[in-house]
Amino acid sequence: MKSRLDEQTIALRAAREFADGAVVNLGYGLPCLCADFVPEGRKVFFQSENGILGYEGLASDAEKDYEMINAADQPVKPAPGMYFFDSAQAFDMIRGGHIDVVVLGAYQVSEKGDLANWGRPGRPATGMGGGMDLAAGAGRVIVTMLHTTREGGPRIVKDLTFPLTAKRCVSLIVTDLAVIEVTTAGLVLKEMAPGWTFKEIQDLTEARLKPATDLKEIEL
Amino acid sequence: MPEKKIFHSCDEAVADIFDGATVMVGGFGSYGGLPSNLIVALAGQGAKNLTVIANMGGVGFELTKRIKPGGYQDLGILFERGRVKKLIASVPALGGMPPTSPFEKLFNDGRVEVEMVPQGTLAERIRCGAGGIGGFYTPVGLGTVVEKGKEKKVINGREYILELPLKADFALIKAHKADTLGNLVYRRTARCFNPVMAMAAKVTIAEVDQLVPVGGLDPEVIVTPHVYVKRIVEVPR
Repeated sequence: MKSRLDEQTIALRAAREFADGAVVNLGYGLPCLCADFVPEGRKVFFQSENGILGYEGLASDAEKDYEMINAADQPVKPAPGMYFFDSAQAFDMIRGGHIDVVVLGAYQVSEKGDLANWGRPGRPATGMGGGMDLAAGAGRVIVTMLHTTREGGPRIVKDLTFPLTAKRCVSLIVTDLAVIEVTTAGLVLKEMAPGWTFKEIQDLTEARLKPATDLKEIEL
Repeated sequence: MPEKKIFHSCDEAVADIFDGATVMVGGFGSYGGLPSNLIVALAGQGAKNLTVIANMGGVGFELTKRIKPGGYQDLGILFERGRVKKLIASVPALGGMPPTSPFEKLFNDGRVEVEMVPQGTLAERIRCGAGGIGGFYTPVGLGTVVEKGKEKKVINGREYILELPLKADFALIKAHKADTLGNLVYRRTARCFNPVMAMAAKVTIAEVDQLVPVGGLDPEVIVTPHVYVKRIVEVPR
């Protein structure tokens, strides 16, 4: 049976990329869900732009403290060894290359790995937040997003039509249909959602995909 | 003796903020670290044509209920009352909220100017202003709308853009505790833009949960030393 991954499953798949001991920053929206899917046996240090390193995951209703939040205004859980700091230091960590992985949402990603994740038509007043800093400074940029627009149009495109966040910064794209690696030779389709074929996914992707030699179904 | 820094109300502490002033507002945008009571006092005081420097433009009281049960006052009230000429921010309006924040409505009507600055660049521009630095080169924003009109330079093979410092006439900040000299400590993630803004204004006004005697704060954990703080108001939460 053919199905699309839900947001939790996209987050779960993206979180498998977190190595034990990694310092990880999670962007607004879907990426924040990754905090609850760290693979068993691994310790990840989540960093957030408002000034925290080492929170544990999202807080339950009973634990909520609105002075203990991530950059997306969600209360998070304290953990032993955590550290608080100010936003200037937060971005020293980010620009200075001290963040191993950032997971960001996106409106579009190009075949070269260019990212558009802040400005969209009809909303000229939304800003870029910390997205440009993270895309420029993090060791590895993973994008989590829906494969197509609400109208069914492609989001993985030849060239961006939405405002640029940073050029050639994305290394992995995890969508509700596919896991795609950005390489110097183009986009490589590594994994597909259950029941989908290479051709069906290519048809929903404007940029040219190459099948990986070990192309397989996403393991859930 | 140090000048008298303790004010008994937020209204009194913001009374001399003048028309056309540049005002930094601390916090991150939502509840934690936001000097909510000073913002409300400023909105009531009436100064207009303000240039506001803040991470976010606020969402207004109604939409804050989606962030924290019961809601709280944020920068929205300054836009509702038409006090702001220009906003310098990284997130003027939140894409995850409906386009009905007081700032976004005003902006869409062409009644407020905006300068969008990447968040880390915003923090660093403020730190430059605080520390007497003339500017800095950063790779953030290369190839984007952010680089327009800015000097570029290649350093050790990497391209950078020049960003200039930000300073303010006043900074409204929120801390957890102050001693009566004006030394400040913060609570958890409510630190955010407060310490860097505290250092970058001529007059820094701190809203604090609790005032303690001099000696009541461990010098090893004070984040903002008193030299940066001119006024303190205790507003217990």
